[in-house]
Amino acid sequence: MLRHTPLNALHRELGAKMVDFGGWDMPLHYGSQIGEHHTVRSGCGLFDVSHMLSLDLRGANVRPFLRRLVANNVDKLQVCGKALYSCMLNEAGGVIDDLILYFMDESWFRLVVNAGTADKDLAWMETCNADWGMGLTLTPRRDLAMIAIQGPDATRVLNEALPGVDSLTASLKPFNAAAMGEMFIARTGYTGEDGFEATVLAKSAPFFWKALMEAGGKPIGLGARDTLRLEAGMNLYGQDMDETTSPLESGLAWTVDLKTERDFVGRAALEKSEVTRQLAGLVLLDKGVLRSHQTVLTKHGAGEITSGTFSPTMQQSIALARIPLGIAPGEEVEVEIRDKKLRAKVVKYPFVRNGKVLI
Amino acid sequence: MTIPADLKYTPSHEWVRVEADGTLTIGITHHAQDLLGDMVFIEPPAPGRTLAKGEECAVVESVKAASDVYAPVAGEVVAANADVEASPESVNQDAYSAWLFKIKPANPADVSGLLDAAAYQKVVESEAH
Repeated sequence: MLRHTPLNALHRELGAKMVDFGGWDMPLHYGSQIGEHHTVRSGCGLFDVSHMLSLDLRGANVRPFLRRLVANNVDKLQVCGKALYSCMLNEAGGVIDDLILYFMDESWFRLVVNAGTADKDLAWMETCNADWGMGLTLTPRRDLAMIAIQGPDATRVLNEALPGVDSLTASLKPFNAAAMGEMFIARTGYTGEDGFEATVLAKSAPFFWKALMEAGGKPIGLGARDTLRLEAGMNLYGQDMDETTSPLESGLAWTVDLKTERDFVGRAALEKSEVTRQLAGLVLLDKGVLRSHQTVLTKHGAGEITSGTFSPTMQQSIALARIPLGIAPGEEVEVEIRDKKLRAKVVKYPFVRNGKVLI
Repeated sequence: MTIPADLKYTPSHEWVRVEADGTLTIGITHHAQDLLGDMVFIEPPAPGRTLAKGEECAVVESVKAASDVYAPVAGEVVAANADVEASPESVNQDAYSAWLFKIKPANPADVSGLLDAAAYQKVVESEAH
């Protein structure tokens, strides 16, 4: 039995092609995946991301708990609504999940975790909570829905759909959030464009979605969500990193705080580990499409594509690949596609930000 | 209208048109392109190549996935459609005019082993369940 978000019936009314996405019945596209991709780069797209889980952590020890639980430094969060991206590691330094943490107050943080890992994450956090004697209350908020509003026109669409929100959107900086009544609005996203992720009560979600559409927002499926995030050079859990890979070999060193003395789960393993691989961007020079698990041949040995697709913005194929250290941007490598070896160039990613190609 | 009655089909979603000179024009069906989504890369077989029945001979890739195209019958490739290579999206726009390649069948009688529109309709319906 597939799980449904509060917007499921609306997706069907809108003619979405639905797919099983990690046990959730989600829209892949509403007609054209590539058309939807361009909409987000040039206008405003709406995404149902209610399959992701908001998790409220409450208790006097919530900050000490998170200092130990996640690899980024939660002490960077001192202002209400400020967000932090982090990995949650296992003792071996592998990535259990990547998540966003919001500081609400000293006894309340909200975490947003991936859909496919939500149950595992919650179980792990409950174990840590008990083992460390933290006495926190962990509340999964399945009574909430989340809608992402993304693209250069996102602010206008949100302002028009939600009277009174304009003073909030005018002052909300990237990676910050604010509450408005029952709503929680964050200036975050997974597309490389300006935009918001709005958390609302599940029962209000269909009305809100319709208001956003009336204001000019266009529904976007998970297909375009993947090409958008890949162009934006953002990792996807389960593809670009997982429990067997180190964040230091996944392009996520910037999220791992090793500067402070803080002891967090996985730190000892990371400090002992030898980093031999890197996550690099690839642009295919020959004709074809890069896909995950294709082998990359470099002068320092083989690597593997972790995410690959055809970039609608660049009109050529791009990928993230885990390859040996010492291969620099600008160098050429080969990718094995079926019976051929095709040429690809190593590049520094992101590929696209704010509608512009950076490669 | 998505399964023209004048064409032949395979269970692997190729369509086949028998031309007046006996050559076969081959593409993928409307149903196939609908499953795959927006096409971004198409690689038909090179003219002159000899194909066995069922051989993987072309690749169609959408943003979502790569898919093989199989030779409906044995034969020799006599033409490849450079237009679909240049504009893969033409397969989404009209799957039955955006042909991929043409073959000269080794044995013209093999065509009778292909599905007619009604039989192919049943294949599509069985996949929907």
